Amino acid sequence: MVMFWVALLAISVLIYLLLDGFDLGVGMLFSLADGEARREEMLRTIAPVWDGNETWLVVAGVIMWGAFPAVYAMLMPAFYIPVVVMLLGLILRGVAFEFRGKASRSRRIWDVSFTMGSFAASFMQGAMVGALVEGLQFSNGEYVGGTFGWLTAFSVLCGIGLCFGYALLGACWLVRKCEGPVRDASRRHIPLLAVAVLAFLVVVFTHALIEHLPILRRWIERPYLLVFPLIGAGAAAVLATSILRHDDYWPFHMVALIFVSAFGTLALSFWPYMIPFIVTIEEAAAPHASLAFMFWGAGLFVFPLMLLYVAVGYRVFRGKTAAAADHY
Amino acid sequence: MDPTALLLSRLQFAFTISFHIIFPAFTIGLAAWLAVLEAMHQYSGKPVYRTLFEFWLKIFGVAFGMGVVSGVVMAFQFGTNWSVLSKMSGPIQGPLLSYETFTAFMLEAGFFGILIFGRPRVPPWFYLFSTAMVALGTTLSAFWIMVNNSWMQVPTGYVLENGQFVPDDWAQIIFNRVVWVRFPHMLLASYLTGAFCVAATGAWYLLRRAYRAEARVMLRMGLALAAVLLPVQLFIGHLVGDYVHDYQPAKFAAIEARWHDEQPASEVLIAIPDSSTGSNKYAISIPVLGSIIGSMSLTSKEVGLSSFAPQDRPPVAIPFFAFRIMVGCGFVMVGLAWLGSWLGLKQRLERSRLLLWGIFLSFPLPWIAILTGWYTAEVGRQPWTVYGVLRTADAVTPSLTAAAATASLILFVAVYAFIFSFGTYYIYRLLRAGPAGLVGKPLHVPVPNRPMSLADKMPAIVEAGE
Ligand code: HDD
Ligand code: HEM
Ligand code: HEM
Repeated sequence: MVMFWVALLAISVLIYLLLDGFDLGVGMLFSLADGEARREEMLRTIAPVWDGNETWLVVAGVIMWGAFPAVYAMLMPAFYIPVVVMLLGLILRGVAFEFRGKASRSRRIWDVSFTMGSFAASFMQGAMVGALVEGLQFSNGEYVGGTFGWLTAFSVLCGIGLCFGYALLGACWLVRKCEGPVRDASRRHIPLLAVAVLAFLVVVFTHALIEHLPILRRWIERPYLLVFPLIGAGAAAVLATSILRHDDYWPFHMVALIFVSAFGTLALSFWPYMIPFIVTIEEAAAPHASLAFMFWGAGLFVFPLMLLYVAVGYRVFRGKTAAAADHY
Repeated sequence: MDPTALLLSRLQFAFTISFHIIFPAFTIGLAAWLAVLEAMHQYSGKPVYRTLFEFWLKIFGVAFGMGVVSGVVMAFQFGTNWSVLSKMSGPIQGPLLSYETFTAFMLEAGFFGILIFGRPRVPPWFYLFSTAMVALGTTLSAFWIMVNNSWMQVPTGYVLENGQFVPDDWAQIIFNRVVWVRFPHMLLASYLTGAFCVAATGAWYLLRRAYRAEARVMLRMGLALAAVLLPVQLFIGHLVGDYVHDYQPAKFAAIEARWHDEQPASEVLIAIPDSSTGSNKYAISIPVLGSIIGSMSLTSKEVGLSSFAPQDRPPVAIPFFAFRIMVGCGFVMVGLAWLGSWLGLKQRLERSRLLLWGIFLSFPLPWIAILTGWYTAEVGRQPWTVYGVLRTADAVTPSLTAAAATASLILFVAVYAFIFSFGTYYIYRLLRAGPAGLVGKPLHVPVPNRPMSLADKMPAIVEAGE
């Protein structure tokens, strides 16, 4: 039961990273695009889906609360400021998205809040992951690290790193969904972003290994776990060739694969801890009665349905956006 | 625990949830109304239903979008500001909220896109199905959240183990009597919000002598629905009061501003409760009626606030006045709905401009009733967060500082005020422009499937409407 909910939590977080990742990324790249036509085209690629994507954040949040209440109750207070800023960013970005079409003179305001909201949300998510890896102070199951305990050089680095990561996903998404100038501009961004992301990933993992020796031991004891980083390296290679070949389809999938492998590597490094070296999965788990209640309905039947809704949604809006838009 | 941080967290929760509920109250009712319109259109083929559908769909889109973004905040506030509550009640409230997310939010998100942009791409039956699914999603969402809140009002089906509420009877938690009066009370409140907004819009157009055909349908349907639902709502309200009487006597005494035990009890109609002296000023009360309302008896003894230890008493003024405002709104709405429907049957409604004005101006009433109803329930629950078990003061995040709480509260107020003013302005423009020219014209929607982009086409509509 506990394993089931860890797996579902991990899957939900991963789906969130990939889905909201590319639309937050498009939001950040939006600031680089010039001309209303290009901006419109970029927005059009994410408009049908961003709202459902964001719901995965709620999914991950409530699974954490329901299945691992202790962790939820420890992390949310520790991340008070980042969570609030992230939420405000998501709000400003969500409505800006909607309002800019109606504004004529004040459109600039909404453009700015759209990109700033995307940056704020992405940065804070990265910073939270960084702070978690680096370690937060708890005592007796309560956070005691202070309002800004999450803010360190390393967490800032991770915040910036995730911005690059999302932007990379976003750029690949645009390559996949657009044609003409928007696609070409995005393709030119990819190499720079990709190098930045890979460099950043190397720094993060090296730092984690140096800080936390137990991680190093785990990798030495279980070398087969190295498949995850290897998959990432392979994906990076395919990414590079597909960019050189001007392929529209593969880059997005390869970057997604890099995300999966980075996520897997990180999760396995800290297994079985949920809050590194403080709370394990077993310790954090809710009582069996709660997990079972969630399992026999939500987990077993509704979760697959949710995946189905997502699949249907993406299928309806498949293909290059410009072509699809002719329908309207 | 920092007392200032506690106060600020309470204010922040009250502010953000009050902001949030404005939108669900409206979209739950509207989603159901859209499903009805679509069904009637497909069944009868009359174009007026289609026009109305397209028109209200746009307003629905804007309100729904605001509901989603403000709801995401709520889901995280339990953890950020009420971490002790989250930890203790996580095993019960977490799974309930998970069910809400899994069954309701994803259903809404899944079919919302089809509702807004899918009409040309799917067969009519599937479109109707999608409309119904969105309505079902919002209803399920209301159901789960009412289960959740009802558990906090009347905790049952749990045992306390290692500082956590461990569920031992889910059926009891979900299918208890409290849920099954409060959920209908909330659902009907949302339907009434939809009904009154629709009727008020119809009245507004008739007053302006615009869109006669559509306006008549809106007025007739809105008023008829309200006229039928309101008596039911008032009756259920009475049952809700019964549960409070049985399970939360201190709250009941606060609502009644009854300071001391009385037998038989009188009913205070209106007064200014003064908690410093523990008595009412300028009270107008009716003898014996209090016992009748509380226990359906002429002689029963009703409990007063002084029977509770001072630290267990809720504030009195807010539940007292909020309750009376809610009930007052209910009675005004009954009057308007019945009078309007009656005149409508006699074909005299359109000539009574005074009543039309009244109906037009009544659209805030259901919202006022909903907010004051919640204030009654939530403030009356104090000083408990989980009634009788966990105090609000003990539920707050221990590490939260006053500075952090102040900063977040200010930010929420500023951002919400900003987006609220723009959002209501866009809805107002849509309503003012009216339903002209919405069907048949190609929809030049620049961005597909985006909730609030629906108001984009304003210029075209304004021209057509003026
Ligand atoms: C009776 C109705 C009701 C009440 C009391 C609440 N909500 Fe709500 N909520 C809805 C009815 C609703 C809804 C009708 O389902 C919404 C509004 C518009 C929408 O999109 O869904 C919604 C949206 C919504 C969302 C966004 C869903 C998405 O991502 O699609 C979240 C996370 C929450 N709510 C969470 C909460 C929490 C944690 C509440 C309590 C503290 C709460 N809501 C009170
Ligand atoms: C005679 C009329 C009414 C009575 C006697 C009544 C009674 C009550 C009572 C006693 C509560 C507090 C419940 C609690 O503490 O949990 C309540 C809450 C509430 N009322 Fe009413 N009510 C009436 C009319 C209305 C109307 C007309 C509306 C809206 C259109 C409404 C909407 C609400 C809402 C949204 C709540 C909060 C949710 C809840 O606690 O269930 N009520 N009502
Ligand atoms: C949507 C309508 C609602 C409104 C308008 C509302 C209103 C309020 C208000 C005014 C307070 C502050 C009370 C005080 O501290 O004096 C409050 C507190 C709170 N409410 Fe609600 N509420 C609503 C729904 C809910 C729901 C559905 C839940 C849970 C599922 C909930 C959970 C809480 C919690 C945890 C607090 C903070 C702790 C406390 O003060 O007891 N509320 N709410």
